[in-house]
Order: sequence, then structure tokens, then C-alpha cells
Amino acid sequence: MYILEANNIVKKYANHLALNGVNLNVEKGSVYGLLGPNGAGKTSLIRIINQITAPDSGTVFFNGQKLNQKHIHKIGYLPEERGLYKKMKVGEQAIYLAQLKGLKEAEAKQKLKEWFTKFDILPWWDKKVEELSKGMQQKIQFIVTILHKPELLIFDEPFSGFDPINANLLKTEILSLKEQGATIIFSTHNMESVEELCDNITLINKSKNVLSGKLSDIKGQFKTNIYNFTFTGNVNVLDIAQHHQFKILDNKQVANTTKLRVELLDNNITTNQLIGELMKNGNIISFNEEIPSMNDIFIKVIEKKDVE
Amino acid sequence: MNKIILIIKREYLTRVKQKSFLIMSIVGPILMAALMIVPAWLAKMDTDKVYNIAVVDQTKRFSDTIVDTGYITNIRLKNQKPDEKKMFIRRLPDSKNYKFSFVDTLYKTKYINKFDSLNYDVLVFIPNNILSSQAIEMYSDKEITLATKLYITNKIEKELEKEKLKAYGIDKPISVSIKVLSNIIDEDGKLSESNSEITMVLSILSGILIYFFIFMYGSQVMRGVIEEKTSRIIEVIVSSVRPFELMMGKIIGIAMVGLTQFLLWIVLTFALVTVAQSSFMPSNSQIVAQQLKSTNIMDGSQAEQEKIDDEQINEDINNAFKIVSNINWLLILSAFLFYFIGGYLLYASLFAAVGAAVDSEADTQQFMLPITIPLILGMVMIQSIVQNPDGDLAFWFSIIPFTSPIIMMARLPFSVPDWQVYLSMGLLIVTFILTTKFAAKIYRVGILMYGKKVNYKELWKWLKY
Repeated sequence: MYILEANNIVKKYANHLALNGVNLNVEKGSVYGLLGPNGAGKTSLIRIINQITAPDSGTVFFNGQKLNQKHIHKIGYLPEERGLYKKMKVGEQAIYLAQLKGLKEAEAKQKLKEWFTKFDILPWWDKKVEELSKGMQQKIQFIVTILHKPELLIFDEPFSGFDPINANLLKTEILSLKEQGATIIFSTHNMESVEELCDNITLINKSKNVLSGKLSDIKGQFKTNIYNFTFTGNVNVLDIAQHHQFKILDNKQVANTTKLRVELLDNNITTNQLIGELMKNGNIISFNEEIPSMNDIFIKVIEKKDVE
Repeated sequence: MNKIILIIKREYLTRVKQKSFLIMSIVGPILMAALMIVPAWLAKMDTDKVYNIAVVDQTKRFSDTIVDTGYITNIRLKNQKPDEKKMFIRRLPDSKNYKFSFVDTLYKTKYINKFDSLNYDVLVFIPNNILSSQAIEMYSDKEITLATKLYITNKIEKELEKEKLKAYGIDKPISVSIKVLSNIIDEDGKLSESNSEITMVLSILSGILIYFFIFMYGSQVMRGVIEEKTSRIIEVIVSSVRPFELMMGKIIGIAMVGLTQFLLWIVLTFALVTVAQSSFMPSNSQIVAQQLKSTNIMDGSQAEQEKIDDEQINEDINNAFKIVSNINWLLILSAFLFYFIGGYLLYASLFAAVGAAVDSEADTQQFMLPITIPLILGMVMIQSIVQNPDGDLAFWFSIIPFTSPIIMMARLPFSVPDWQVYLSMGLLIVTFILTTKFAAKIYRVGILMYGKKVNYKELWKWLKY
């Protein structure tokens, strides 16, 4: 079941095509990574989902319904460019923003106090926003985004400006929201957090989807078939090199061990068979497959497309 | 709809709670009250000059008559005894500052032609039909002072009020207000009309006030939009409400701040003037006490004379305050409200569009120019409109919506034909609907646009998004 489906979205600004037939299928209860280099069209897409702007063509469905004003209360959005009214008091402002998301004043106040206590910022309730540190302001923005318990949360670069401690706090909260059943769309350049949090991703480049799917599938797709072996003592490398199913890429002697980097050339051979073959040549003390990081995949895909 | 109310509430409350709002609410009424009190105070100071006034009284009503307690007669009795409580009274009695001479009704023109050689300061002409025309004429070689005008009109009004009461047999007070047609006699004996000072002051004041209100609150809208943009809160807000709702909420909220300020000004000014009035003048009970005292101590006629003198001084002051009551305040105030709201709505949306198009207040200049030019033009025009409130210039500028709030307000204290007022109002409404639509398009695009040097060509593109 998709909570959000965007079909063939096109958005044009004057002479610039921001989105060119982009599709998005976000499964309910998943964390969805929306990736792409700067200017790829991520923010344009997010604004369309938030109904800040309308697409020139294409349709967006929310829980199977065509996106409309009623859905605003079911979405929480933390934009990349975010801020608060500087001269307004923290509490007042948080209540105001919560009311705009459809909460009643009393309800908003009670929930806010809970969250403020949890995030250790309750003493700042009556202070003006300009007196707060950037980190505290970010906490308030985060609270206001999730306060109305939206079904879909959209975080655009949520970790920028957070120190590692607060970034961790945020990650924990995001995961706990997921456990409570919320769906999260997550746009970032921070590939580590993508690997940590995301179930599915879409990579947008130059206004188009270039890669979509489950994170594990994509990683599989970008499998390098390269394995690292460590042997005790010396290994007869020449012997191994005679196999045509795999190839030695690297061969190093380190502190009485031999490290081999081997590329599997024949897809029909399983890792077990590979290990079996190599075991004949020495005593293996460690083995691992080189899995590409999201960072590598990102760069690879973008650069490849750029060359094309 | 619910959200637009939330926005209005926030815009209103954050501004009303500001110190600057409080300061403005206090300083404004003090200035306005001073404008009314100072002339009164000056009237009290200026007690030495004696005006010789020639009266051409066609009605014969205001020259010497005898009054007694029981009946009114036109027979002049001599050597009347004080205890009979009868005395001579003139409906236009001399006072310390005003000496009246009643001159032959046949020679009005002659007096005007020879005004130079005669030793009069003012010639007053009371026509036969005063009850219906409710107007008198005044001639002088100089501007006639407000105090003089008010002294004379006040006496005449009181007399006419009594006359009407008698005629209709009603016992509730009838208020009569007469108009003064003042004429300046130049050296060659030629006449030129001069407009009443009160009307002129009011005209200039309303024009300036409208300009001031539109500009002040219009630029508050602009600053509010820029604040939302630079603080980067805008994207959070527009993910909850539509940009048009946000813009209108802001515009309406600030309009209400303006109206609150205006209301406070009216109420506080009225309060200040009332306080000043009562401290300048003895209260009624004091007057009564004084009267009782003087009747007891002195013999009748002397006491009466004293009383009359006292009353005259008080009236001089009171007259100055009559500026307030003589004007059709209901018309002026309701027109002010209309033109403030109309003019403000027209300009505020444009100010909002400018705020949305720029990244900081420093960049607003190029877009502000076309908005401020008509406003400033209107402001500059007030001076010449006051001189000629029915001219072509006055007409066109009070019809064209971009200047009409200022110019029509400046024209209104003089009489303006109804159709012109309605036309001007109608056009203003149509125009602000159009400018709001136009501004909303720019606003919608501009609020999410950062770091782009925007020019008119760019704005034109936004209109077509």
C-alpha cells in the first residue's frame, strides 16, 4: 500500500524544467530517501507534495486519494530553509504553528509542554526566539513538525546545523516515529544517514528519476563482486591466478599475512565455491564482500549520467 | 477560513503589543489635541486687540432691543430701574474685543467700496432670509480671524435657535449652524472668496492623515513579508496555509492594527480636549455660583453686565472648541474609514508583493518608487486642491484610485457632489481587487525565491507562472 504516489510529475519555471516526468511510490510505514545533487529538483518535488506549488502536469495521490487541502494536516514538513519568527515568544509561536496544522490551542499547549520537557527546552517557553541557540531553534522546529502526528513526514536535510548529540536525538526520534507507523520521506546529502535509516530510495538527477527501489536491492544491483581475503603466511598467488572464474586485483603482504582482493568474474559461482577454491591455497583468517556504500553508488550514478 | 483568522490574530496581537504602538497611541492624540487646544489658548491670550465691526442687519433683529423677564418689546425705555430687572440688550453686544456699529442697510456696496477709508476691521452682512439660507457674509481686507468669526456666528446662531424654538413651539434644543461666506477686499475694492480656515485645516489634515496611515501600515505589510522571508519561516507556514491566505491575513491583521490606532486616537483626543476644555473654562456650577454671588452683592444691572462679560470670555474659548462640533464629523470619519481601508488595501497588497520580491529591505527601493510616486504626488497636491477644491485637477485626482484616498479626503470638508464621491469609491474598490490579484501572483512566487536579483522583467515572468 502506497501512502504517496506521484505519477509523471512535470514542473516548469520559465525556461527551466525543474521536474521532468518524475515518479515516486512511497510505501506506508517506510523511510524513503529522496536523493540527488543540488538543483536536481528535490525541493520542487517536496513543495508539490506539500501543495505549496502545483505541478504543471502529473498527479499526486495520498492514501489513494488525489492530493487536496484536507491532506495538509496529515503531512508534517521540515524544510531545508527553516526558521522562526525571531521576535515572538517560543511557546506562543509553537502554539500558533500547531494551530495552523489544525490542532486546538489547549491540545497544542499540552502536547508541546510534553515535547519541550522531553527535549529539555521547557525553561525557554516564555523567551523570545532570538534569545535561543540555533540548536534549540532546530528542536522547536522539529517538535512543531511532528506535533500533529502526521501520517507522512517530510524532512529536508534535517541534520544540517545539528551537533552530533542532537543529530542522534533526532535519528532516534525519527526511528521511533517510524515504529509508531509514520511514513518518512527524507531528503539529504548525508549518505551515511541514508544507509542507517532508509528502506527505499529514489535518486533524482537533472529533473528525472535515475534510480529507485529498495535500498538492499539497489545495493545488490551495484554489487561489485569483489571480495577481500586474508591468509596467514604466504600464498601461492600464481596458482590462484590460473583460475578463469576470478581475478586477483590486489595482493599485499602485511605483518605476516597476505591480503588478496579478488573479483569474481563468473556469476554462476557462489561465494561458498569461491571460498572453497581459495581455501586450497592457504589458511583463510578473514573474508568479506566489498559492498558499495550509498556514497559510491550516488557518485557512480550521477557521474555516469553526466557522461552520457 | 479558520486559518486566516489565526493569521490575522497573530499579526494583530504581535503588533499591538509592541512598544512603538503604545508610543504612537499616546503621541498622536497629544498632537491632535494640541491642534485644537492651541487656537483656544491663543484666543485666550489675544485679548488686547479691539475689532471694530460694521453690521449691515437686514433683519433688524440684532440691533438694540429691550428684554425683561416677562415679555420682549422693541420699545426702548430710558431710566429704567434696576429692581425691575429690565435692561437694554443687543443681540450682538459689544465686548472687550468687539465693538459693533449697526450701519444703514442700503449702503452695503458703498461700505465695501470704501472699506479702506472707513475705520472698520470687518463688515458683517446679515441678509433678510437668514432663517432659510443660514448664511451670513463677512468682508474684510485681511483674513478674518477664527475667533472673530466664531464670536459673531455663535451669537447669531443662538438668536436663530431661540427664534426657531419659538416658531415651532418645541421645547427640545434646536441646533442651528450658520455658514460664513468670507470675502477679502483687495486694494482696488475687488472681492475674492476666502475659504474657511477650519475647513482648510481639516482638509489638509485629513489628506495628510490618510497618506500617513496608508504609508505607515502599507510598509508594515512589506516589512512583515520580508521578515517571514529572511527568517525562513515562510516555507513552514505555506505548507500549512495557502500563500494568498497568508498575504490577506497579514494585510487584514495590520489594517485592524491601523483601525485600532485610529480609534484610540479619536477617543484619546476627545478625552484630552474635554479635559483641556474644562480646565480652561470654569464649570457650569462655578458659573452659577458666581452669578449668585454677583446678584447678591451688586445691584441688578451691574451684576448682569459683569455676568455678560464673564460669559463672553468663556464663550471666546468655547467657540474655539466649536471647531469640533461644527463639522460634519460623521461624514468625515466614515469617509476616512472608507478611504483608509480602500487605499490601504490597494497599496498594502502592492507593498506585500514588493516585500516578496526582495531578499532584504535594502533591495526594495527600485520597486518602491512606482508605489510611492502616486502617494507622494497626492500629498503634494493637497496644497493646491485646498485652494481650488472644485477644479479639474481636484476632480481627476480624487477619481483616480491611486490618489483618490488622499485627494478625496482633502476635498470632502468642502462640499463634493455625491456622484463624484460614489464614483471615486466604486473605482477604488474595483482597483484594489485588481491590484490584490496582481500582487498575489508576484507574492506567491516571490516568497520562495531566494538569492535571485529580481528586476521588472523577472516580475513579469512571475505573473505568468
